[in-house]
Order: sequence, then C-alpha cells, then structure tokens
Amino acid sequence: MESKSAILALEDGRVWRGRSWGAAGESTGEMVFNTSMTGYQEVLTDPSYAGQIVCMTYPLIGNYGVNSEDPESARPWVEGFVVREFSRIASSWRSEETLDDYLKRWNIPGVDHIDTRALVRHIRDKGAMRACLSTIDTDADSVIEKARNSPPMENRELASVVTTKRAYQFAAAGAERFHVVCYDFGVKTNSLRELSQAGCRITVVPASTPASEVFAMKPDGVFLSNGPGDPASMTKEVEEVKQVAQSGVPTFGICFGHQLLGRAFGGQTFKLVFGHRGGNQPVKDLRDGRVEITAHNHGFAVQADSLPPEVEVTHVNLNDQCVEGMRHTTLPIISVQYHPEAAPGPHDAEHHFQRFIELMEKRVAS
Amino acid sequence: MPKRTDIHKILIIGSGPIVIGQACEFDYSGTQACKALRQEGYEVVLVNSNPATIMTDPEMADRTYIEPLTVESVSAIIRRERPDALLPTVGGQTALNLAIDLADSGILEECGVEMIGAKREAIKIAEDRLLFKKAMDEVGLPMPRGGFAKSWADAEVIVEETGYPAIIRPSFTLGGTGAGTAFNPEEFEEIVRNGLAASPIHEVLIEESILGWKEFELEVMRDLADNVVIICSIENFDPMGVHTGDSITVAPAQTLTDREYQQMRDMAITIIRKVGVETGGSNIQFAVNPDDGEIRIIEMNPRVSRSSALASKATGFPIAKIAAKLAVGYTLDEIPNDITKKTPASFEPTIDYVVTKIPKWNFEKFRDAEDVLGTQMKSVGEVMAIGRTFKESLFKGLRSLEAVKPLRLEDVSDDELQRKLARPNSQRFSYITYALEHGWSIDEIYRLSRIDRWFLDQLKQVMEIQEQIEGKSLEEIPLDLLRAFKEAALSDRRLAYLTNRTEDEVRAHRKTLGLIPVYKRVDTCGAEFESYTPYLYSTYEEEDEAQPTDRQKIMILGSGPNRIGQGIEFDYCCCHASFALHEAGWETIMVNCNPETVSTDYDTSDRLYFEPLTFEDVMNIVDVEKPTGVIVQFGGQTPLNLAMRLHEAGVPIIGTSPDSIDLAEDRRRFGSLLSELGIPQPENGTAISIEEAREIAVRIGYPVLVRPSYVLGGRAMAIVYDEETLDDYMRAAVDFSHDRPVLIDKFLEQAAEFDVDALADGTACVIAGIQEHIEEAGIHSGDSSCVLPPVRIAAEHLDTMRHYTRRLATALTVNGLMNIQFAIKDDRVYVLEVNPRASRTVPFVSKATGVPIARIAALVMAGRKLKEFGLPDELTVDRFYIKSPVFPFRKFPGVDPVLSPEMHSTGEVMGIGETFGEAYAKAMTGAGINLPGSGTAFISVNEADKGQAALIARRLKRLGFDLMATIGTAARLREVGLDVATVFKVNEGRPNVADHIKQGEVALVINTPLGRASHYDEQAIRRAALQYNVPCVTTMTGAQALVEALSSRTTQKEFAVYALQDLHNKAAIGA
Repeated sequence: MESKSAILALEDGRVWRGRSWGAAGESTGEMVFNTSMTGYQEVLTDPSYAGQIVCMTYPLIGNYGVNSEDPESARPWVEGFVVREFSRIASSWRSEETLDDYLKRWNIPGVDHIDTRALVRHIRDKGAMRACLSTIDTDADSVIEKARNSPPMENRELASVVTTKRAYQFAAAGAERFHVVCYDFGVKTNSLRELSQAGCRITVVPASTPASEVFAMKPDGVFLSNGPGDPASMTKEVEEVKQVAQSGVPTFGICFGHQLLGRAFGGQTFKLVFGHRGGNQPVKDLRDGRVEITAHNHGFAVQADSLPPEVEVTHVNLNDQCVEGMRHTTLPIISVQYHPEAAPGPHDAEHHFQRFIELMEKRVAS
Repeated sequence: MPKRTDIHKILIIGSGPIVIGQACEFDYSGTQACKALRQEGYEVVLVNSNPATIMTDPEMADRTYIEPLTVESVSAIIRRERPDALLPTVGGQTALNLAIDLADSGILEECGVEMIGAKREAIKIAEDRLLFKKAMDEVGLPMPRGGFAKSWADAEVIVEETGYPAIIRPSFTLGGTGAGTAFNPEEFEEIVRNGLAASPIHEVLIEESILGWKEFELEVMRDLADNVVIICSIENFDPMGVHTGDSITVAPAQTLTDREYQQMRDMAITIIRKVGVETGGSNIQFAVNPDDGEIRIIEMNPRVSRSSALASKATGFPIAKIAAKLAVGYTLDEIPNDITKKTPASFEPTIDYVVTKIPKWNFEKFRDAEDVLGTQMKSVGEVMAIGRTFKESLFKGLRSLEAVKPLRLEDVSDDELQRKLARPNSQRFSYITYALEHGWSIDEIYRLSRIDRWFLDQLKQVMEIQEQIEGKSLEEIPLDLLRAFKEAALSDRRLAYLTNRTEDEVRAHRKTLGLIPVYKRVDTCGAEFESYTPYLYSTYEEEDEAQPTDRQKIMILGSGPNRIGQGIEFDYCCCHASFALHEAGWETIMVNCNPETVSTDYDTSDRLYFEPLTFEDVMNIVDVEKPTGVIVQFGGQTPLNLAMRLHEAGVPIIGTSPDSIDLAEDRRRFGSLLSELGIPQPENGTAISIEEAREIAVRIGYPVLVRPSYVLGGRAMAIVYDEETLDDYMRAAVDFSHDRPVLIDKFLEQAAEFDVDALADGTACVIAGIQEHIEEAGIHSGDSSCVLPPVRIAAEHLDTMRHYTRRLATALTVNGLMNIQFAIKDDRVYVLEVNPRASRTVPFVSKATGVPIARIAALVMAGRKLKEFGLPDELTVDRFYIKSPVFPFRKFPGVDPVLSPEMHSTGEVMGIGETFGEAYAKAMTGAGINLPGSGTAFISVNEADKGQAALIARRLKRLGFDLMATIGTAARLREVGLDVATVFKVNEGRPNVADHIKQGEVALVINTPLGRASHYDEQAIRRAALQYNVPCVTTMTGAQALVEALSSRTTQKEFAVYALQDLHNKAAIGA
C-alpha cells in the first residue's frame, strides 16, 4: 500500500484517483478502452494508439510480463496506461521483464486501482474524450484543465509521428513472389510478417512518400497500413493514395489505410462515439454470409452512403452495422477496417492477405 | 439460415440421477434446451429418471417421461411418441452414451429419428480415444504419447513407450471412474486391471504423464454455416493430474499471452471441425508445459458439459440455449444476445472480472477414503465466485463453500508439508497458506505443487494484507488497509477474529466508514454495450450498477454448493418459489453461488445476485434491495442457518417464523412441545460429556442413535449398541460443547419409517404425501428408497400420522412447507424429526401427485391462503411412485458401501408403475442396477432375519434363481426344503463368496449385517458386488422389495412408460 497516487481526469470533469505504476509523470491523450483479455504488449506497441491513453477492460494486466517477440513496433506508443490491477510478478516461460519495469523504461505513466468499469461505462455513454493522467499533480481541477488544453483527436495528424523516417526493406520469407510497397502510417510488424510469409518483399515507405516515387519502385501491389489520427487530417496523403489507386496497381488498405481509400474514392469518414477496440468484433462478409471474429482498433469509420457506386461495401460489423470492408468493382482494390494481422486477436481474418495476393497474381498474369 | 421446418417433435435425453461427475449442470442445460426449443415452436419430448430436476416439471416439455435411461425404456418412448429428432448433447455423458446405444440398436433408424447437434460419427470420434487420436494426428495436433489396452498384455507393451508415471483412464466411464496414475509397475497393474473391469468396453487408455503441466480449457461453439466462436477460456489453478472437476478453475485464462491463447483458439477450431460436431458447444482441454510452452490436446467433449455450465454463468452467454437453437438450424448471427439485446450471439464474450470455481468435497463422509486428488473426480459440488480481481473472486469463493470448520493447521513438520504440497488433496489450500505464512518461498511451493507462481503470488498478497492487520485494533486500521482487506473479499467475520471483536461491530464500523460493496453487472462484453439483465456481483469499487427497483419484491436465498444431504432438490424448490412469485406479480431476487443450478440462470428470476450465502453478503444485498420479504425455507440448511440472525437484524423473513424454526430445531424446546401435545418421540437426551452420554444411554437403553447438533445429511450419525462404542464415539467421532451437545435418541430397531410432507398456512394444512421407507429405521432417510402411497401400514397409523402432522403444523404455526419423519414400532407412532421447511422429497412428491407444492408454498408465504388453491385435505396418487437413491461408493476405493444413519447418496431416481414391483424395478433400473432375470442368488443373513430369508428364497427359486448361501443360512433354507449350494465365507477358505462374485457366478446378493465379528466378511462381499455391479441388498425389507421388482419383470411383457401429462391431466391447480 506504499505506492504513490495518480489522477486520471477527463475533459468533462470526471476524475479517478488511483495508484501510480509504470513511470512517474504526466501525459494527455484521447481516453479509449480496449476489450481484449490478452495481448496488452501488442496493444502498447501498436502505433495506432499514439496520442491515446488506453484503458484495458480486463482488470488484471501484466500477469505474463513482457517479452521481446511480441511487440508490434519498435516501442510502445500509448500516452498512458490504465488498468484495474497490474501484476507485480510476471509468470511465463517467455517473460523477460515485468510490465511495470517495461513502462518505467519507456517512460509511460500508468494508473491502477481505479474503477475501470466505471471509466469504460462513462466513455461508452459520453464518447471518447481528452484525458490527462498525472502522478505529479495532485490537484484534480488542474489535471482536468490539462486534459481540456490538450489537442482533440478530430483533425489530429499523427502519422508523421509514428511513420518510418526513411524507406526500408522487409524481406520475403522464402522465395520472393511479389514486391509490395507499404505506406507506413503506423504499420504493425505482424502485417509485414504476414505479407512476408506470403512471399512478398516489402519496401516500407514514409507516410509522406509521393505516389510518383512509389510507381518508380515498380511494385506488384501497394499496402496501406493502419495508423493513428483522424483520416480527415490527411488531405495530401489522400491525394497520393488516389493516384496509386487509380493507377490500377493492386491495393490493399487496412484500418487507417482503409479510411484513406474511402476518402480517396470521394467518401466521408466520421468519428465513432467510442470506437471499436478489442478482439471479439463480429464482422459479416456480405457476399457469403460468413461471420468472422476480428481484432479492431479504430475510432473513425467510413460513411457508407458517401461512397460512389463503383465501391461496394463487402463487410459490416454486426454490432453497429458500421462499414468494415470495401472493394472497388472495376479496380483491384480491397480494404478492411479491422486487423487481419490480429496481434492481438483471433486469426479469423488472416485470409484477407490472401485476397491481396490473388489480386497481385491476377495482375501479373494479365 | 432460418430454423428447420422439416422437424416438429424433438426428444431430449436428460442426465439421470445426480452422481459425482454429473450434477445439476445438466438440469440447467436441459431446461434451457427445452425452453429454447419450445419457444421456437417445436414439440419437446423429455426423458429423465431424476424427479428432482426442473426439466422434468410437466410445464417444461410437451411430454415428460420420468423413466429409466435405458435403451429398452427410451425405445418404448420413441415408439410411442415418434419424435423426428433426438438432441443428445444436453444430458451429459449419460445422454450421449445412451444416444449411441439407441443408434446402435437400430431404433432411431427404424423410427426415422435424426440425431441433431452431434451425429453418431462425431460423437464416436470425440469419445473413442483411438479415433480421436487418429483424427488429431491427421490435422497435426499433438496428443500425449500412449495407447489403448484391451488386456493386461496390451498394457505391458504400451507402458514401455510411456514410462512412469503413467496415466490410466478407462474408456466410457463417468467422472473418470477407475482412472489413476501409476508410479511403479505394481500400481500400474492394479489400476489397469481395475480400469479394464470398470470400462463398459473393457478398455483403458495408457498415456505418458504430463503431470504438473498447466491445464486449460476452451468452450467452443459452431453453427451449421461453420461459424465458430470461443465462449470462454478457463485456466486450472491445479496442474495436470487433478481431474478438472476437482480443480479450482479460473476464467478467463490468466497466464497466456495473446500469441499462445490464439494458438490454442486455432487448435480448438480445427478440432471441432475435424471431429465434425456440427452445431452447439464443445469443451476442449489442453495441457501446456510451463517450461517451454509445448501443448498437448487432452480431450474433447462434443456436448455441453460441467465446464460449459460454468462458462455460461461466468460470461452470461447461455451455451445450452444457443446450442439448442443452432441444432435446429439457426446460425449464430441470427440469434440475439439476451443481455445486450442490440448485438448478436456471433461474437466472443469478453469479461471484465475474474471467475473462480472451487469444488466442494465430502471426504468426511467416507472415513476410510484417502484424501488425495487425482484423475478420478471426487467432489460432490462446486461454488463459483465473481470478483474484479483474482484475490476477490478466490476468497469470495472460499467463503461460499460454507466450510464448517476451516482447517487451522498447527505445527506441521517440513516433511509433512512437503508431502501435502506435492500430493494434491482437498486441504491443499490450507497447506499452501501455511507454507506462505511460515516463510516458504513461492519458488519452493511451486516446485512441489506446480501451481503457477502467479496464483501463489496472489495468495501471498492476501497473506500480506492480513499480516498488516494483525495486532491492530479495529479502529487503528487505516482506511486504505481496511479497503484492501475488503477488496480481497476477506470477511467481516475474519476481521472480527483478527481484531477480537464481534462481526456485528466490524460491520457497523465498516458501514460508518462508508466501506460498502457496489454491484456490477455480468454483461458478456466488458461494458462495451449496455446490459439489460440484472445479473450482479459485489465488489469494493466506486460505481454501483444494481439499480434496484421500487417494486414489491421477494428475495430467495439459495442452497449454495451441492453436497451430500443438500442437493438439487433445494434448488428445485428455490426455482419454483421464484417462478410462482414472478407469475404472481412480485419481483423475484435470487441469491446463490452454485454455478451448476437452474437458480443461477439469469433467466430464472427477475434479478440474480451471484454471491456467497453468508450473513455479511446477504445483509449487503438486503441493504441495497430492501426486499419486501425474504425466503429462507427453500434452500435447505444453508439459508435456514442464517434465519435467526437475519431476523434479529430486522430482515423481513416470510413464511414460518425464525422462532418456530428454532422451536423445531432446538432439542429441548421441541421435546417439551411434543410432550405438551402428547405426541411420542423416542426417549432421548443431550450430552456434553462422556459420563452424561453413558447415563443417558443407560436410562433409555441401548441401542441408541447418536449425532452432533446442527448437522446435515446425518453427518457423523451412528447407531451404538454398547458402552464401549459409545465411549469411542464421544472421544473420537465428534466435537461437542454446551452450545452443540451430542444428541442421543433411543434407536427404534426394525421400525418402519415414514416421511410426510405438508403445506400449511397457519390455519389450514394439506398433507402432500405420506411416503413409506423401504429400508427400515436406522438408514438415513435420504438413503432409503421410499414409496408413495404407503404399502405396508395399517390405516389407523396413517390416521395418527395425519393427526400429528396437523397438530404440529398448528403448534409451530407453519406457513409454507413442513416435513416430518415418523417411525412406527410395536404399533406406536413416534415423531423423529420435524423440519418446518422444504424437504428433500418435495420434488418427488410434486412429480408423483402432479401438484406443484413448492410453488403453492411460496405463494402462501407471500400471503395467499391455502383454500384459494382448491386442494383437498390430502393429495392422492393413482399409481405407485418410488424414489430410490444412487451412491458414489465406486469413487471411493476402500470404503464400505453399507447403508447407515449417515447419508451417502448423491442423487435419486423415480420409478412409476401400476404395481409396487413395476415401480421398484424401474427405480432400480434407473439407479443403474441391472435386475437379473435368472442366475444364482446368494443369501447370508443374521439369525433374526432367517425366517423371512426362507420366504424370500422360496420366491426366488420360483422365479428361476439358483440359491447359494453361507453355512448357517444354508442350513435354515434346507430345513424348509430348498435346494441350496453352500459357499465359504471370506475367512473360511477359497474359493469364497467374494471369489464367486468376481467370477460373475452370482446374480444378486442378500446380506444383512451379522454383527461385529463378520464385519470384514460382509464388507468384502459388498465391495465385490459393487465392483462387479451385482445388486446387493443389506436389509430384509429391501430384499422383499427386490423380489417384488424381479417378479414384476418376469410377469410383465412390455416395458410400460408413462408421460406425466397423461398421469396428471386433472384440472390445473390454481397455482
């Protein structure tokens, strides 16, 4: 009971006092929650969480520690981490460090021992909002003020923060069949691994790369990755994506990439009340009726009725009917709003990578 | 896909009597399936031999058969009802095995019955380990090394491959009967030979040991469109080697990374597809090597199981209900999630709390059984607890167990502690705590117990909280620390003990500080969507989601974990109270902690609190809900024990007053009441010393019946014939004190016993059923078969019992149900016991009479009058209805399977017949006893019984049996001219009677106790009979009944079956 206290305050004035864990300090971000019961390490290192303070709905976090095999990028990106109870020990044959030490090492503040279910219910009802987590400021009003002064997620551009600074190669596992250019808006390692295992050599390029440079690389396909921020803030990138898409090169967008494609087709995106973040979301394939249980992490979505007729909605979320997948009827373009690479989450949607491979196969054959 | 319209009538098979390994979770799943299918417009035909189930209530199905679960009986039902389909997956292993037998017998094909849910082939692959292993090999999934042995010779070859320790599991047995772990060749031979005998197909599986690996389970569902979802992951606290039914289990898995969990999930999906379970739920068990993560598939159950009941309660996802809907063609996305209403069932529940299941054992009832846990399940019940942390859920669960006396260890030697930690036993928890308190490191405890370090550290955290409190006075404890104490679900009572205060003082102090629990909802989705179902659990946090209504409401206290003496019968009563009161417009609130039951289905009551049944937990709920009335009479002894304290705390208890309950329970008060009323009871006294006990025994005369105060199911109850035994009993068997004296009654030898259930409302009294015990007095009433109506009693005695019942109902101002036990000896009627509450026989009487007496009682307690129901003074039956017990002796090697005043049965069946014999034959068959049509009857009886034995032997001879007897009995039989073979007693030489039984030469055994000298002999006979499934009766009245049953089987041509709806199609009673 010796630990220090911490405050979590939301912009609407609701405050929780709990215990500090991880690093001491202060941070602000959009308050969101994730309902996955496993995979906190993948969540922490998913670049799409940049600019967000994440609360895990499962109350016990850190039980199996942290290892060097499971990160989804080079570092954790969350601004702060909120749990009901962190584990002081790590129990797993793969563990190399406790989660507490890991967060300290990366200077990420955490708070535990708060009523996280109350927090989740609040966000669910009132929507994702700005928050401030502080282990140094004990004045609730002041922490609320800091939340209010932080940047809102609407129109926030974060790709430039998380993207690679220069292009790099990710080799194909086994024989190389295709060359794929991946726009890194905050790509997760497992997407690259999936493509690699399907025989793709990947050139990962910064988010700001012009389409002309991509064409110069003569890719067999272009992969538009996931990433943080509001797709509406990406006017320049959307233009480049549009050029790529219209060029007829097979294109596969996931999550943020899917949203950018939506905008490139002339559609609109909007902010969901509290988003989809978790590993149990039912998505129905409208073409064959099959339901897959999928990993999600998105706060924005494509507006179905804003899409032009040549774009077909292929997948919807059964919980809220939100657009989860699209296909261009004439161009070799597909996209899903969720995460076929899982990590964390079920592998039901892994086959979408195969769909992308098939588009490239067709293109090569013709 | 929409539901199928080509089938209309569906047969559901229940799971039969409650036995170890198959308890009321199948009443829960079967009831859900019945409800779901009828909602969809299907006609449901139900068969189950267990009358104590909700599923066998006549309104749950269109046609309800309480008949034996045998091919013969169910074939008769199929021929009569002509169902289109059979759903075999909601009645446990019993239903699955029976479905396979029915399919093999050709009746399904003959009558055009389709198996839905799981086809015969899929069941065979999942159930036959050889086929399953082959299937796993084909999809590249690893199973433990080993193989099947059909003989000892096979086994010797296989063990070469597996090495020691080797795990042995007989094929097709329940709850792992006959399974074991062999550490050396000697043990190996013993377990293999027993296993081959126990397996109905004489086959055992021998496997490499993965003892000490971590054990996980996944609950999987699949629909006809091949959508597959995982409902719940479960991690066992105990490592591999302990049967999962005997393990503490935790949901969700706590120590798997996402990568490992998803790998397991992928495997589970591959398995359900490969095995070919088309629709519904399956349970798959995995073992994981804690050192390198290597995985082995242990087994798959292609049906709803104990774990799926737990998973349903743990997540709020009703697996059996959904499984039933999938079986008729729906897909998961077409079925709405009841709890969120807005989202579909095609998702995977996520939970934001921790669920812990803890088994409850009754080792104290089997004194000769070794308290060791292994691959054979031994627990008789379980509790589940929900908390926001593991600590909270674990300790709440421990409190739910109602351990009479927590084991407080003192001065355990290091050697013993090591042994106890290394060898799993029912008290291991206490040993771990002791080790932690004595500074043993987590690594050391882990090395011995192989319980994951994470779990051990959680226990250590709780120890640390308690240590900080020790030595402080209540007021000195800082609020943060007190909060931490309560957050770990440690009780007020514990705090009172640590601070040397009373529980009431602690409670008052806590409330002053505002330290009260809030209630959170189980919502399947981690709060992502709004929940419309008030399924609640307590926790010490900030926000309360109980949202109590301001309606008129009645709270029903359930019966907690099943145990011998308090089983499903009480859950049945609680559910009925809830149904009746809900229909009458009350809001009903259920409080219970048993995940197996119908009462803890969120669908049963308007509101469900999944909480321990202690004073503290109940009061916390009362504070929030402020119920109009609370019912304590239906949940057995558990809530009854709380009655007085709740009453004193101002809780509005409805029904018979707590004072009347006390009047009936308190020996002295009750004694004077009886003498005031002029009702005889056996002479008796209470003793708090050996001397006192001796004096009383001498005064009233031996034999005497002795027992401790306030016990359940005749715990430690014994008949004592002499002073020496009495001294032993007082010295060794029980604890006693001023508050809890030993009760001593004159034992009425060879008296006839009766159970009477009655309804009363303070003015009127309806006698619901006078049941005659088939075994004479001295056998616990729960262990005796009983028959409605009575068959061997003079009319005047019946009148006397009626008269006494009414007088007692008035004197005790019974409001609701009451049960009285009578004995008749030498033409005198004695009252043995009065229980002003629902009894174990309430469901049986309801099924036999067709009158839902628990429902009526609940309405009476809520203020209605008996006369409003239009009942006669006494309910009648028009056939013979017999209730027979089933026993768990097979699971406890070394225990003498003899009937005594201490109850040992776990469940019951009912037989219905036109004659006594027919009904008893069905009851016996239902209880798993094979009634022989011919063969040799072995008879060995004591001097007093010899006259009657001769009569019975003559009838057996006439039925075509050969006779075999020991010397004394044989002589007597020859005297009356019977041809009889003589055999050795066990101590007289070989081959003796036990040898003959083991060689299959004996078809039935009649053996009454001869006294101490032959105790060993009799025990050997009984154990041999048990092992080889030879009917064995130990009382003359039992023998007589058995002969009736045998003769009915030979005279009756066809197996007659009766639907409850036909038996009771009188005008509906206005309940």
